[in-house]
Amino acid sequence: MTLWLMAGLLFTPLAWAVLTLLTDFSRGRLVSWAGILVQVLVSLGLWLAVARDGGFYYGLGGWDAPLGIELRVDGLAVTFVLLTAVVAGACGLHAGAYIDPDKPWHRYFWPLFWFLWSGLNAVWLGGDLFNLYVGLELISLSAVGLVALGGQAGALRASLRYLLAALLGSLAYLLGVALIYGQFGTLSIAGVATWLSDHPVPSGSGMALALMIAGLALKTALFPLHRWLPPAHGIAKSPVSALLSALVVKASFYIAARLWLELGQPIGSLAAAQLIGLLGSAAVVWGSWLACRQQRLKQVVAYSSVAQIGYLFLLFPLTFSVSETVSLQAQQGMTLQVISHALAKAAMFLAAGNLILSVGSNRVDALAGVSRFLPFSLFSFGLAGVSLMSLPPSGGFAAKWLLLQASLGSGQWWWVLVLLAGGLLSAAYIFRIYRASFLESSGTDQFFHPSRSLEVIPLILAMLALGLGLASDQVLTVMALPFEGEGAP
Amino acid sequence: MTLNMWMPLFALMTSLMASLVIFVLPEQGYRLRTAVNLGAALVKLGIVAVMVWGVFHGVDYGLSFTMLPGVEFVLKADALSMMFAGLSAVLWFLTTIYAVGYLEDSPNRSRFFGFFSLCVASTMGIALAGNLFTFFLFYEMLTLATYPLVVHRGTEQALRAGRAYVIYTLTGGAVLLLAIAWLQGLVGDLPFREGGHFGDADPALHGSLILIFVLLIAGLGVKAAIFPLHGWLPQAMVAPAPVSALLHAVAVVKAGAFGIVRVVYDIYGIEASAMLGLLEPLAWLAAFTILYGSARALSQVDLKRRLAFSTVSQVSYIILGICLFGPVGATGGLVHLLHQGIMKITLFFCAGNYAETLGIHRIDEMDGAGRRMPGTSLAFTVGAFGMIGAPPLAGFITKWTMGTGALASNMDWVIGVLVLSSLLNAAYFLPILHRLWFREPRGSWPHERQWGRLETSAWLFWPPMLTAAMTVLVGVLASLPFSPLSWAELVVLRAYSS
Repeated sequence: MTLWLMAGLLFTPLAWAVLTLLTDFSRGRLVSWAGILVQVLVSLGLWLAVARDGGFYYGLGGWDAPLGIELRVDGLAVTFVLLTAVVAGACGLHAGAYIDPDKPWHRYFWPLFWFLWSGLNAVWLGGDLFNLYVGLELISLSAVGLVALGGQAGALRASLRYLLAALLGSLAYLLGVALIYGQFGTLSIAGVATWLSDHPVPSGSGMALALMIAGLALKTALFPLHRWLPPAHGIAKSPVSALLSALVVKASFYIAARLWLELGQPIGSLAAAQLIGLLGSAAVVWGSWLACRQQRLKQVVAYSSVAQIGYLFLLFPLTFSVSETVSLQAQQGMTLQVISHALAKAAMFLAAGNLILSVGSNRVDALAGVSRFLPFSLFSFGLAGVSLMSLPPSGGFAAKWLLLQASLGSGQWWWVLVLLAGGLLSAAYIFRIYRASFLESSGTDQFFHPSRSLEVIPLILAMLALGLGLASDQVLTVMALPFEGEGAP
Repeated sequence: MTLNMWMPLFALMTSLMASLVIFVLPEQGYRLRTAVNLGAALVKLGIVAVMVWGVFHGVDYGLSFTMLPGVEFVLKADALSMMFAGLSAVLWFLTTIYAVGYLEDSPNRSRFFGFFSLCVASTMGIALAGNLFTFFLFYEMLTLATYPLVVHRGTEQALRAGRAYVIYTLTGGAVLLLAIAWLQGLVGDLPFREGGHFGDADPALHGSLILIFVLLIAGLGVKAAIFPLHGWLPQAMVAPAPVSALLHAVAVVKAGAFGIVRVVYDIYGIEASAMLGLLEPLAWLAAFTILYGSARALSQVDLKRRLAFSTVSQVSYIILGICLFGPVGATGGLVHLLHQGIMKITLFFCAGNYAETLGIHRIDEMDGAGRRMPGTSLAFTVGAFGMIGAPPLAGFITKWTMGTGALASNMDWVIGVLVLSSLLNAAYFLPILHRLWFREPRGSWPHERQWGRLETSAWLFWPPMLTAAMTVLVGVLASLPFSPLSWAELVVLRAYSS
């Protein structure tokens, strides 16, 4: 059964990418909706299977490593697969109604969407460094294409900038991979970790790890390498921005996190861990500050991503040379932050897209009167904001609580200040939007009212982000499930 | 019994569900919305009444599940929770009636009543929370639910007030979160327990515990409007009258005060708090706030602002009461949780009536209003005398009990504070009463409207009459069972006997 699920999971996105390449936007939409349904069901089935029986290794096509491609299907990976299905599915449904089918170049949306999805699944499940690289490239190239779909000169400029950053990041990562292969003779992360457990650390492996993480940090837009992100995420079509902020940046972070958790303790150093944490903190402060100063709605949301990504990097110092408990808390906090940010940020971009559609302007101060006449879209935006401000009972709050516990538990109190200040700063830019939309303008309704289906999708995502906090323990249990091949191969 | 397990959740869900239903109702669905609102308020009143009866007879109401590793979500009803839950259930019913009349024909009513019910749900959660973590969840939810009410009018002034409110309360929330997380890391997840937890705390922890206590009070003190954290409260006066009534009497300031009571009684324990030397400074701070609030109230010309500073002062009575180390003083403080709510909501209802019916906002416009609106003015007079502490009204019971408590625990200076504060109360309330009853009307009112057969709309007229009657009754009947005073004595008895 699980084999069929795996086959379905990996095969559908690629097949659908090819299928939709052959049709126009409207027909591609019909085909894709069927594909989304399949993909969501398969992901859910896989998640339930792993929740019941635990994780396993899966040799693609029956070939085992080192010859074949071996996938690591554990609780964390399937949770992210399911998250991708929910978020990408929602963005796909929203895009079907949101994107204008008459522009000829929009027909490329669906193939790019499906290539992106298959790349994401490849990254979540990938077990060796080179396959991860392939997945990463698939993601980057389709993401760049999706940004360029905007069609204006600005969108092309932003996507070109994005492309350069992504390529540079890939290059650094690939260089690191080559060094690792030269030193250890294997590309499997688990293989390297096993080798290191009974050998001294070879000189130069620090350099390899640093290169890989630096490349991935560039792709994740960690401060100060974040400059490419706001223009790209801000100018793309709203469903695309949602995909990029919610999922794409998480893919490169996920690889960095996996590398650090397996190899950080033997290869990394305290200074490196603290430095990465410091950059993450700087991202929180600087990103929030810039978000407060943006005049355009989607730019506010995009800079918010820069800030929210910063929290993730606190994982590095909080898992280096600390007790098991603290490390576990930090990992759980990071996972919840990834999930809740993905849901909340997708909801927020989609809701922002609806608001811009209704108001006819992307400026923050054009939102006056929205609360009176478009309460529905604003409500979704507001709920997503609650999770981003990490207020209870959202998933963001649960993540912050765990990270606070980890910081206090390991005596690294300085991260506590970052976490608390970050929450207040995010409140500053989110309440700025509320404030603008609560202003009473003229008493008449001059807004365009989008269809209910467009409005419902972000609301559902925002509700999920909000409810995640209450169900955190259940989600974390699945991620902590035993894994059959722990330490192997 | 399983039903008892779910009762706290039902009490919470009635308002939460009402809120969700109201959000999706169309703006024009006036009758249906009113029916949902009042229906939910009545159901909740019934549930809370059953639970009060149950808690009195020792029934255990509790529900918990693991929310995060090491942290439980706990809903639990004890004598203290029922005090707050009862207050909010009763006053909310009346405020809903009032708000329906007050907001007649104004825009954004769906939004208003949706968030209004969300507020009730939050206060219910605060009342029934069984540990600090759960308390914090609802405490922050309250902040979010009240923001749209404060900025309801959508004017520049309202938005400014909303901004101040959010800056104060969210910063307070962050400090509170730090304290709760720190405490959790230090000693684990502590349920609220009568008698507290730190009676035999390891002396090595004393330093951290004192620091955490300061952070907890600072975080909770923002909503309780303790000096110097009270700045948001007078500004928030731009909100519609039912909102001011609820902010002052039930929801926000009381949530802060209630939290402080929880921390002192059910986390630290009254004896441990005294042993750590925490009560004395808190008592001084509360005493200062009492006098400061009253002194500032004297110079306010806007009626609602004067009432706001009066609240700053009155809420600290509760805190001063629980800092009087001894059962009698504690009873005085706790009973004021209810008394202040009833009296202050009366005054705000009346202020709203003057504003809506006659257009009166400033105190110097009130000359002779007693002749035009005798019912409202009578209620206002009862509320004002109650605040001053005239027997046999609610406020007298508070001050009398607190005074005896202060003598019993050898804190005689508190008597001085009580007397001085009563004089100040008289100094800022009596001139208003004089204007109401003894001055000639100035000719025309700023903005008069004829509203039904009574002096004002019936929806606005009856709620203050009822709360004024309650102000008298809780004073006169203070020694009957289930009166606020008897209930406060029950809470204190349970806190001191364990």
